[in-house]
Amino acid sequence: MFKILERKDLAPSIKLFVMDAPLVAKKARPGQFVILRIREGGERIPLTIADYDAEKGTVTVVFQEVGKTTRELGTMKAGDLLQDFVGPLGVPVEFPHHKKVLGVGGGLGVAPLYPKLKMLHEQGVEVVSIIGAKTADMLIFEDEMKAVSDRLYVCTDDGSKGRHGFVTVVLKELLEQGEKFDEIIIIGPPILMKIGADITRPYGIPTMVSLNPIMVDGTGMCGGCRVSVGGETRFACVDGPAFDGHKVDFDELMKRLATYRDEEKISADRFQEAHECKLTGKIKEAERDAAE
Amino acid sequence: MPLNKSKKKTPMPAQKPEVRRRNFNEVALGYTQEDAVNEAQRCLQCKKPGCVQGCPVQVQIPRFIKLIAERDFDGAIKVIKETNSLPAVCGRVCPQEEQCEQKCVVGKMGEPVAIGRLERFAADWERAKGVKTPELPEKLGKKVAVIGSGPASLTCAGDLAKLGYDVTVFEAFHKPGGVLVYGIPEFRLPKAIVQEEVDFIKKLGVEVKTDMVMGKVLTVDDLFDMGYEAVFIGTGAGLPKFMGIPGENYLGVYSANEFLTRINLMRAYSFPETDTPIKVGKKVAVVGGGNVAMDSARSALRMGAEEVHIVYRRSEEEMPARQEEFENAKEEGIIFDFLTNPVRILGDEKGWVKGIECIRMELGEPDASGRRRPVPVKGSEFTMEVDTVVIAIGTGPNPLLIKATEGLELTKYGYIAADENGRTSREGVWAGGDIVTGAATVILAMGAGKKAAASIHEYLQSKK
Ligand SMILES: Cc1cc2nc3c(=O)[nH]c(=O)nc-3n(C[C@H](O)[C@H](O)[C@H](O)COP(=O)(O)OP(=O)(O)OC[C@H]3O[C@@H](n4cnc5c(N)ncnc54)[C@H](O)[C@@H]3O)c2cc1C
Ligand SMILES: Cc1cc2nc3c(=O)[nH]c(=O)nc-3n(C[C@H](O)[C@H](O)[C@H](O)COP(=O)(O)OP(=O)(O)OC[C@H]3O[C@@H](n4cnc5c(N)ncnc54)[C@H](O)[C@@H]3O)c2cc1C
Ligand code: SF4
Ligand code: FES
Repeated sequence: MFKILERKDLAPSIKLFVMDAPLVAKKARPGQFVILRIREGGERIPLTIADYDAEKGTVTVVFQEVGKTTRELGTMKAGDLLQDFVGPLGVPVEFPHHKKVLGVGGGLGVAPLYPKLKMLHEQGVEVVSIIGAKTADMLIFEDEMKAVSDRLYVCTDDGSKGRHGFVTVVLKELLEQGEKFDEIIIIGPPILMKIGADITRPYGIPTMVSLNPIMVDGTGMCGGCRVSVGGETRFACVDGPAFDGHKVDFDELMKRLATYRDEEKISADRFQEAHECKLTGKIKEAERDAAE
Repeated sequence: MPLNKSKKKTPMPAQKPEVRRRNFNEVALGYTQEDAVNEAQRCLQCKKPGCVQGCPVQVQIPRFIKLIAERDFDGAIKVIKETNSLPAVCGRVCPQEEQCEQKCVVGKMGEPVAIGRLERFAADWERAKGVKTPELPEKLGKKVAVIGSGPASLTCAGDLAKLGYDVTVFEAFHKPGGVLVYGIPEFRLPKAIVQEEVDFIKKLGVEVKTDMVMGKVLTVDDLFDMGYEAVFIGTGAGLPKFMGIPGENYLGVYSANEFLTRINLMRAYSFPETDTPIKVGKKVAVVGGGNVAMDSARSALRMGAEEVHIVYRRSEEEMPARQEEFENAKEEGIIFDFLTNPVRILGDEKGWVKGIECIRMELGEPDASGRRRPVPVKGSEFTMEVDTVVIAIGTGPNPLLIKATEGLELTKYGYIAADENGRTSREGVWAGGDIVTGAATVILAMGAGKKAAASIHEYLQSKK
């Protein structure tokens, strides 16, 4: 069992947990992820390691409530226990010779982007970052990103904060203005990574993306996480999750992510129902208390 | 003792095909005491028993069968356990028809003695009474690490614990048991049996740590730093092979590992009570001809598929699956397409599989395996409409731990090179089971774990 030490609500439906996981913390490196299971019978879901502290033995994860498991996770609080917390999985990223790097993070993608840029910043690399979200209150990790970036651009889709528009607009501008980078790291929804990689391709700048296919074990034994990169099948859990964005078949990834759409809906609806009962139950209790 | 001269095995009660094809409960129900005694009386008590030679771990078969005939069931299981630590498992899944039973003299004139069923009976007899924990010797104060928790690892860990070592098992999954829990389905091997085996080694004092992806969370070097004096690697052959044909990434195409793991380990058959889903369509094709293909096909049926095909490029004769499982699958209505090889998987615009293009094969000259090599018949391509495909064409060694371990010599196929006692090229490191032999059998993995435990004991005794 693994204890949730701290919970922070970063935005509506986006939460951060600091987990007590000393062994994982000791080995964790930027680019790696964990697989967790809330309880017996639960699904194994992967989450990126957003931060870690080997000395304190803690690992930070940030998640967005999109379906049954992440919503159930969102009901948990500090002190609660998770059944399983496995990691660190995946290949750590390394940038041995870079001088200047651009990070592009969309939505929840800012969280997995952060540890990579933090490492680059600590290595003395010049870091420029572009982060964005749908609205101002959905924006996460702004302070953290500020602390590790030499220059930070903030965008929102609705213009409620920073630049009005997508992160890819700023990315395009910077490249058009002739700014040079040794590497560009783009993390966000697959469609954002696809568009981003298309923008950087003509400039020939190496572009790293981090893929999020559906996983089971995370150790290379099921092949469910397979993605096509440069025409070859790779297992994202052991060969990635970071890959060369210019070679990834994003259309295939997006299709495969929809495999269980019907089942996800069944799960989410059941959860909603069970949960609403609890809520209305609580309201009823409150009414009774008030009446007494 | 009276001799039973029947030419046929005493039948074992089983669920009827039309019932069992839709449930996950165990198919074979096991002998009653009367059945067992009756069958034991078929054994001729040979002076030079062929059966023992055929058994990879030399279970003293005539001895235990005699005890069953004499109704000394406690004595029988004791004899079996002298050399086989997992009889309840082996009695159910061993390919006896290629091992002990193949060599049984009675089999020359009819059906051989049902050694597997008798083994199962004796093991279940003991289970029903509750397995006693043996008295443990004084602790030796030496720590041994065992990586993986399949039959090789469970056996190695158990034997070392009985000798007084402090043993820790490190398993990547959230549940110990290896293929016995994630691969072989409930209807052939109830998970409760595997759990009992795990509980048993825990009672012997073995600590079982799950969620430990070794090579990632800890390396072999870390283990030595932590004070472990020997390490046994039993990580199996868990890397799924794909065919390398177009269309394998369409939605609805699974490796057998993923298909079976979702169903067995993640209990997708209870979805949405449990959270992990699986997509099993109306018409399923399973590619391959081994036990894994049979298990996948029979699981697909139990998940509600209307029609399940096994597509195999050779003929019935070359099929590596156990005879019994092949018979079971046929009885349940699985359709066998022999001498048929997929060349391409077809999909719709949303990326869902909608068919397989196959080509007919014929048998040519024998190949390296001694089996006649299948060669395509020109122009015989045809399309099978299916909405789920399961690829069960074999597995390889998972490189995850191997890559993170220095000084381990490998075979040319990437398995760990080890001598007959499981000793690897690295001092203090043993390996056994599928990670050494390639995908094999439970009994061979168990035997390898046993030999390694003895060899580790010898090493640690001489080391002090
Ligand atoms: C390497 C990796 C790192 C990830 N990091 C993060 C992260 O830091 N924060 C975060 O919020 N999300 C992350 N994800 C995605 C996260 O795992 C999914 O959102 C989560 O599994 C959804 O589960 P659910 O039951 O709540 O939703 P569901 O209703 O099951 O699914 C919602 C969506 O998530 C995808 N999904 C479903 N099951 C899985 C699964 N087992 N594995 C992967 N994706 C799945 C589906 O395509 C679906 O579109 C990561 C995924 C991967 C592969
Ligand atoms: C579907 C199926 C049906 C089969 N049917 C039969 C049958 O009827 N009869 C028969 O005799 N044999 C059968 N077999 C074969 C048999 O199950 C195997 O030969 C046997 O289980 C091998 O045992 P093992 O201990 O070597 O490894 P496994 O049982 O494969 O166990 C290996 C364990 O190591 C763990 N592991 C792997 N990597 C790591 C790591 N890095 N860190 C920690 N843990 C790790 C795995 O999670 C797994 O739990 C079948 C196999 C399958 C897949
Ligand atoms: S070979 Fe057959 S008859 Fe002879 S001892 Fe073995 S089981 Fe009995
Ligand atoms: S998640 Fe199973 S192989 Fe990657």
